[in-house]
Amino acid sequence: MTDAPLLQVENLAVEFRSGGAWHRAVRGVDLAVHRNETLAVVGESGSGKSVTALAAMGLVPKETGRIVEGSRIRLEGRDLVGLSERELDRVRGDRMAMIFQEPMTALNPTMTVGAQVSETLRAHRGLGAEAARREALRVLELVKVPSAARRLADYPHQFSGGMRQRVMIAMALACQPAVLLADEPTTALDVTIQAQVLALLEDLKREYGLAVLFITHNLGVVALIADRVAVMYAGEIVETGTAAALFDSPRHPYTEALLRSMPRVDRDIGALEPIQGNVPSIREIGAGCAFAPRCPHAQDRCRAERPTLADDGAGRGVRCWVRGLA
Amino acid sequence: MGDYLLRRLLLAVPTLVLTMTAVFVLARIVPGDPALVILGDQASVEALAALRTKLGLDRPLHLQYLDFLVGILKGDLGVSLVTGKSVWAEVAAVLPYTIELTVAAIAFGVILGVPLGTAAAVHRNRLPDTLTRLLSLAGLSFPAFVSAILLLLVFAIQLKWFPVISSPKMDDWGERLRHLVLPTLNLGLIMTAYVTRVTRSSMLNVLGEDYVRTARAKGIGGFAVLSRHALRNALIPVATVVGLYLGTMIGNSVLTEIVFNRPGLGKLILGALNLRDYTMLQGLMVFFAGFIVLANVATDIAYGLIDPRVRYR
Amino acid sequence: MSAVPVAADAPRGWTRRFRSNPTSWFGLALIVAVVLAAVFAPWIWPVDPLEQDIVERLVAPSMAHPLGTDTYGRDVLARLLHAARISLVIGVAAIALALVVGSAIGIAAGYLGGWFDAAVTSLLDVLLSFPTLLLGLMVVAMLGPSIENLVIAIALTELAPFARVARAPTIALKGRDFVEAGRALGFSDLRLVVVHIVPNLLSEVVVVASLWLAAAIRTEASLSFIGLGVKPPTPTWGGMIREGFENILDAPWLAVAPGFAILVTVLALNLLGDGLRDAIDPKVRRD
Repeated sequence: MTDAPLLQVENLAVEFRSGGAWHRAVRGVDLAVHRNETLAVVGESGSGKSVTALAAMGLVPKETGRIVEGSRIRLEGRDLVGLSERELDRVRGDRMAMIFQEPMTALNPTMTVGAQVSETLRAHRGLGAEAARREALRVLELVKVPSAARRLADYPHQFSGGMRQRVMIAMALACQPAVLLADEPTTALDVTIQAQVLALLEDLKREYGLAVLFITHNLGVVALIADRVAVMYAGEIVETGTAAALFDSPRHPYTEALLRSMPRVDRDIGALEPIQGNVPSIREIGAGCAFAPRCPHAQDRCRAERPTLADDGAGRGVRCWVRGLA
Repeated sequence: MGDYLLRRLLLAVPTLVLTMTAVFVLARIVPGDPALVILGDQASVEALAALRTKLGLDRPLHLQYLDFLVGILKGDLGVSLVTGKSVWAEVAAVLPYTIELTVAAIAFGVILGVPLGTAAAVHRNRLPDTLTRLLSLAGLSFPAFVSAILLLLVFAIQLKWFPVISSPKMDDWGERLRHLVLPTLNLGLIMTAYVTRVTRSSMLNVLGEDYVRTARAKGIGGFAVLSRHALRNALIPVATVVGLYLGTMIGNSVLTEIVFNRPGLGKLILGALNLRDYTMLQGLMVFFAGFIVLANVATDIAYGLIDPRVRYR
Repeated sequence: MSAVPVAADAPRGWTRRFRSNPTSWFGLALIVAVVLAAVFAPWIWPVDPLEQDIVERLVAPSMAHPLGTDTYGRDVLARLLHAARISLVIGVAAIALALVVGSAIGIAAGYLGGWFDAAVTSLLDVLLSFPTLLLGLMVVAMLGPSIENLVIAIALTELAPFARVARAPTIALKGRDFVEAGRALGFSDLRLVVVHIVPNLLSEVVVVASLWLAAAIRTEASLSFIGLGVKPPTPTWGGMIREGFENILDAPWLAVAPGFAILVTVLALNLLGDGLRDAIDPKVRRD
């Protein structure tokens, strides 16, 4: 993609207060997502991937967290960091939308589905009740909710998990945003439903030309939908590249380890290797490379000095002293 | 929903029977002779025997129990020993006044308490929150009669803004309202304290829910999130809790009525106590027990009506 | 399902959490002050609370009588301090009784289950929502006014919460493996209950006790106010307020001091109970 990215994150750092001190959960993340592109952000729990997305939306809980000075979040060229809550409200749901992991709890149980979808339209497009209802119907049909007209008056608990996720997608895309952030939207769904929802997302992406930031810990999903991948570990990106490149020739030891620990059709199940050790908590990260304690290739320099993300200018990047791009 | 309603109503029946039985047991558990208690120890043997027969105390216990239950089914709560009128008639005569006061107090409590509780939850652990929590705790700690006396002292006696004796029988609406203010304030402030606390904790729960985050992700503004998403869900437990609080409210309104000298159930109970109106007391006990059970059922049903998850099952 | 019996239940660090909450401290300090004042009453203000002085009736607060005198010329401050003893003793006795009986009922209901449990639970529900004052009133009216009956009446109004709080963990623990194992080894039900179930209820019970002691004192005061409490001339706060109410136009100060005393005591216990609950309950949201 040579046109400008719709979402560009530069040097994003987010810290949280824990036990009286501030600790960084995201330590300098650079991302870019272009039109009609799915960037998958992969990592285990605690890698900071969800926090990155929340920060982009300005949804980091203010009592416990904050975006660090010097971070930039550019949506269609406009920097979102430092905008007032009101200005952010205008952007959220309109130019950039987010869908979440648990469709059960992410929808208001006391509001009809129709009302919840209409809400976005009325807030951002100023539509009247009837016009919003019609538009909501159209969007629900777009995400292939059967008998959508009748379902508008139903409550979330009357839908199945997969249907609820479709409703979420409808809500998110109602105002035709430029960017969609998806935080593990299919993790809580059955495998068959997962495939349907992913296919739906792919269709919608193409139809609207969306830039999709897809967060997941499931490499299988990545293989299905990602154009480009960014691997996150302990609050930073450790490797980036196209999906093909990453699967064929991973360079960062963590990426390699991830791939080795994932069951594959073309490999013996006995070849599965779990990664030794645990993901460090935000308080435990030391001076050097965060992965060093678990890395089979670790050297003294790794433990002393934090590696920088070296990229080749064409979208391939690795953060490693030993295996990085020289 | 129909299912839920039916189940709840059916459940009420054994609860009612059980409760009435407990009342019966309590009334009969008196060590000694109720006739003696009523007439005093100067009474003659014949008088005592006559009273015992009149009260049905000379019949075997299980027959007394049956009489009791059958009486309730017929709506007969007994007859006052003092006035001779049926307990039910006496209750019905003063019930409107108690209801008037109770409704006013609940309205006051909700109108003041919900916004206060919401504000406390939104500004959690900051000044408005701490202040509200302390004040509402103080409000709950005041025994109803103490606050009533204080209000009486300050506003009626010293400042003379309101009448010292509150009578609901005023014809002029303005006067009637004026007589209602202090008692309502007393009950209402306690109610406010309660509603504030419950709203606060309910809102805190709701504000942490995923769907609030989703609403914010849609770009819905702060106030709309609070009212349309948070409050609607937070008020469900608040409503049910208020329903359960009704019992305590009655106790407080009794005390309030005594202090402000208003006619109502409170004065009725006091009168029965002072005059040793044994049957009246028993009848009142039955009335209150029945009322509580039915109020609980009504609250449960209301909960079913408000929460769509229960409604559309 | 663990086969190992659980030890005491309050999550670790509860003392630290309690200590870090300023309002809990305030409550604790207040109630300690009240108790000390009650215990050392005759030394703090060595005036006989029962001594009448008709000449000095209804005297406003002064140096000789910091809180004034009542209709019989008795010193109000002395009565206030002695009333503290009475009210506290009655309250604590009532709570203790309610605790023992209520917990026993709750454990029995939880342990035995079935229709007994169902019946007990529905009664408890009614009891819990029944106006405490009316219940206490009815019981005292039936039994006759005396200190013992007062304690019993108040204890009855406090039964339900203790029963509730004892029942829930009992049900949860009943199904645990170590209970099955114990039964297989031939341990009696009673032993199982006492050794394994009771220690797990302690923290919840303490919270309930603190909060409902406040309610007990309020109930006692209310009953005394109505005239069903301790008989005069023994001073109780509620009785003193009653007297103050009867003389409200002549001597407004009579009602204020005992009212304030009740407020302080009940507030302190509420703060304490709240603080304990926040510190002990693992489900309370913490930052």
